[in-house]
Amino acid sequence: MNDTSISTGQPNVLRKLLRHRSATIGASIILFFVIVAIFAPLIKTHDPMQAEIADRLQGWSAEHYLGTDGTGRDVFSRIVYGSRISLKVGLIAITFSLGLGTLFGAVAGYYGGWLDNVIMRVMDMMLAMPSILLAMVIVTILGQSLTNAIIAVSIVYIPQYARILRASVLKVRELDYVTAAKVIGASDIRILLTTVLPNCLAPLIVQATLGIGAAILDAAGLSFLGLGAEVGVPEWGAMLNENTKYIRKAPLAVTAPGVAIFLIVLGFNLLGDALRDALDPQID
Amino acid sequence: MLSYLVQRFLSIGLSLLGVSLLVFLMVHLIPGDAALTIAGERATEEVLTQLREDMGLDKPLYHQYAKYLWGLARLDLGHSFKTKQPVLEEIKRYFPATAELTLAAMAFSIFFGIAAGIIAAVYRGKFWDYFSMSTSLAGISMPIFWLGLMLILLFSYYLKILPATGRLDTVLSLDIESRTGFYLIDTLLARNFTAFKDAIEHLILPAITLGTIPLAIIARMTRSSLLEVLNQPYITTAYAKGLSKWRVIIKHALKNSMVPVLTIIGLEFGYLMGGAILTEHIFSWPGLGSWLRDAVEARDVRAVQGGVLFVSALFMFVNLIVDLLYAYFDPRIRVGDETK
Repeated sequence: MNDTSISTGQPNVLRKLLRHRSATIGASIILFFVIVAIFAPLIKTHDPMQAEIADRLQGWSAEHYLGTDGTGRDVFSRIVYGSRISLKVGLIAITFSLGLGTLFGAVAGYYGGWLDNVIMRVMDMMLAMPSILLAMVIVTILGQSLTNAIIAVSIVYIPQYARILRASVLKVRELDYVTAAKVIGASDIRILLTTVLPNCLAPLIVQATLGIGAAILDAAGLSFLGLGAEVGVPEWGAMLNENTKYIRKAPLAVTAPGVAIFLIVLGFNLLGDALRDALDPQID
Repeated sequence: MLSYLVQRFLSIGLSLLGVSLLVFLMVHLIPGDAALTIAGERATEEVLTQLREDMGLDKPLYHQYAKYLWGLARLDLGHSFKTKQPVLEEIKRYFPATAELTLAAMAFSIFFGIAAGIIAAVYRGKFWDYFSMSTSLAGISMPIFWLGLMLILLFSYYLKILPATGRLDTVLSLDIESRTGFYLIDTLLARNFTAFKDAIEHLILPAITLGTIPLAIIARMTRSSLLEVLNQPYITTAYAKGLSKWRVIIKHALKNSMVPVLTIIGLEFGYLMGGAILTEHIFSWPGLGSWLRDAVEARDVRAVQGGVLFVSALFMFVNLIVDLLYAYFDPRIRVGDETK
C-alpha cells in the first residue's frame, strides 16, 4: 500500500551496515564512549572536581594516568566525566533541533502559502550565518552557561531538518494515497505521521547522526571560547580553554581533551556516512 | 546578465533586511531587563536610564526598528556599549587582520586541497588515494581549536621554528605604519623585509589551522568530480590523440571538474568566517573573531549586531562572486539565463 516508503527496519539495511567497515568502527567508538559515560564513577581514579594545588601540572604517572591540570585536578577522571557531558549535549541538542525542525518543515510543506514563506525565509537567514556565529548571538541573548550553549546549538541546527522534511512533504503531498487519506477524512496530523514522516525517515536519520557530531563540536567550540560551560565543569572544550596557558608545562592536559572530542565526532561522522550508503537504495 | 545582477542584489538586500530584523530583535529577546543585563548588576539607575534611552528601549518597537534601519542606511551601526566607539570603526580596524588570515587559509586549502584531490583521483585505489582520503576524513572531524594548539606545541615549543601568537613581533611592529591593515602589504610598503618575513611566519600556523578542514572537503570534492569527468568519452578521445596523461588531466579534465569544487569553496567561506573566531582565539590574533568573542562575553549587543550583519553581508557577496565565476569554468552555464 505504502509503496514509496523506505522501510528502515529492513534486514538488508542492517546487513549492509554490518558489512560497512566505517559503520563498525564508528559504532564501536560511540559504544566505547557510552560505556565510559555510564560507568564513569567506576572508571575514574580521582574526584574530577577535586583540586590539589600541591599536585598541579604533573606529567603522566601511575597515580595520574594523564597527569594533572593547572589546579591539580586529575585529567583522566575529568576526561571520563566529560564523556557524559558531551553525549548529553549531542543527544539533547539533536532531540530538540530534530523535533522542532521536523515540525517547522512539516507545517511549511504541508500548508504552504504564506506560512511556508515565513518559516523558510527565517530558516534561510539562519543558514546564511556560520553556525558558531549564530550560536554566539544566542549566547549573547541568553547569557553564558552550559545549558544556554546546548540551547544555542539546538537552535542552530533546526533549519537543516526543516529543509529535509519540507522537501519530502512537498513530494508526498500530491500523491494519490494522501488524497485518498484526505477523502476518507484522516486528520492532517494523522496524514503527516502515517504517510509523510515514514518517507523521509532515511535522510533524517543520516542527518541526525552527522548532526550529533557537529553539535558536540560546536558546543565544545563555544566552551573553548569561554562562552559555554562554566569554569571548572569537566567539559572537554572548556578543559582545553583552561589549560591552554599551561600548554608548555602540561601538554597532556591540552592534548587529551582534544583527542576525546576528535574521536567522538569521528565516530558519529563515520556512522553517519555509512548510514547514508546503507539507506541509499541506489548503492548496493 | 544585468537583470540577473539586479535581481541578485535585490535578493541580497532582502536577505540582509531579514538578518537586520533578526539581530535587531536580539535586544528584545534578552530575558528580563535588557538594560540591566547589559550594564551589569551594579549599574546605577542613572546609567540604566541613559542606556534605555540610547537603545531606544523606551519607544515602541516599530519606532526602534525604523530608527535602527535609518542608521544602517547611513552606515551607522551604533556605538559599542563597552568601548563607546562607533561599531563600524571597530569593524574597519579589526577586519583586515581577519581578511588576511582568511585569504591565506583559503589559498592554502585550495592549492593543497585540489592537489590532493587530483593525486587521489589519478592514483585511485592505490596508496595515495587511501592516504589522502583517510587524512581528509580525519580532517573533517578535527576540532580546529585543538589542531591549532597541537601545531603551537610542535612548531613553537618543541621545534621553536614558528611564533605561537600575534601578527608581528612587538619590536618590529613599532616601525610599521598601518596603512592597509594587511601586514604583508604594510611591511612591503615600508620596505621592511625583516618585518615582512616575520609577518609571514606569524601567519603560517593560523592559516594552516583554519585551512585544514576546507582543504579536506575540497580534496574530497575534487577527487569525486575529477573521477566523473575522467570517465567521459572526450577524455578517451584525448588519450587516443596520443596526449600524455598529465596533459589530459591538467588541460582537459581539471577545468571541467571545477564547478562543484567552486560551489564548495564558496560555501566554505562561511565556515572560514566561523572558524576564524576559534583560530583567532587560539593565536591571540587581533581580528574580527577575537573582537566578536569579547563582545559576546561582555554582552555588548550593538557590537554583536554590527558584526553579525557585516559577516552575513560578506558571505552573501562572496557567494554571488562564486556564482558569477561558474560561467568562466563552464561556458555552458549562462548566469541569469532562465531557459537553461
